[in-house]
Amino acid sequence: MIQAPNLPGWAALIVGILLLSGASLTLLGTIGLVSLKSFYERAHAPGLGTSMGSILVLSASMICFSVLQTRPVVHEILIFIFITITTPVTLMLLSRASVYRDRAEASVDQAPPDLARVQPNAPNNNDCKGQKKE
Amino acid sequence: MIQRLIPYPILSACIFSMWVLLTGFSPGHILLASVIAILVSRTMLALLPEKPALKLGWAIPKLAYYVALDIIQSNILTARIILFGKKDREADFVLMPVQLRSPYALATLSIILTATPGTLWIQHDPSRHMILIHMLDLTQKEAWVAMMKDRYEPLLMEIFE
Repeated sequence: MIQAPNLPGWAALIVGILLLSGASLTLLGTIGLVSLKSFYERAHAPGLGTSMGSILVLSASMICFSVLQTRPVVHEILIFIFITITTPVTLMLLSRASVYRDRAEASVDQAPPDLARVQPNAPNNNDCKGQKKE
Repeated sequence: MIQRLIPYPILSACIFSMWVLLTGFSPGHILLASVIAILVSRTMLALLPEKPALKLGWAIPKLAYYVALDIIQSNILTARIILFGKKDREADFVLMPVQLRSPYALATLSIILTATPGTLWIQHDPSRHMILIHMLDLTQKEAWVAMMKDRYEPLLMEIFE
């Protein structure tokens, strides 16, 4: 089953290698998501898929369609940009929810240091400009 | 006049190039892209009073280069940990003071940290200028903190502050 019969051999080789390595990295990320122990450790794993995994798969797509259409096809860059700038939002939401729960339940072995108690004498100003609230 | 018409030139340029990339080059779409870029970027006027003081210069490609290197390196490290495990590996939180004050610089830093697996941005305390990071492998801590201080913070300061 050949989906791109007009793709020359060298390009098919490069595209294949990039695609397979990107897919394996992403798979590895999902394996890590299941196999690592604590929540915070697991949250690291999908990063493989959203960073290097997507870069490799997208560059495979760019090379494949640039060769097939004999013109530079670069709109995959947009996919990468959008993935990169949206992942932190999700990850922060998830980890902050987990931090909140760990602190509330006071599970000492897991809960991160409370930022509000690190320097007890620091002034408590509220000029955080609509950023994250403590 | 130009300032009034295009309050956020970089955002407008981004929207324009996004539209052109998505639809392909044709006179009609370039016209449409310009109109959308100007109109849509104006919505930011209602949202954000503070303009980013972005300094274009060599710091940006330099930062991109370091980030790319870092992404590759941290991917290999994390993949190795997931595949083979690591005996003396310990994952824990790291508290680090930051010099950066601009929200844009901090946002960029959080994107960089998330894009490199192995470090997870948990929290930023704007009153004490601290960030809370979770690291997958604490043996990397020294190298990583040094890299933050020597590479990323000065570059981000140069770009945003």
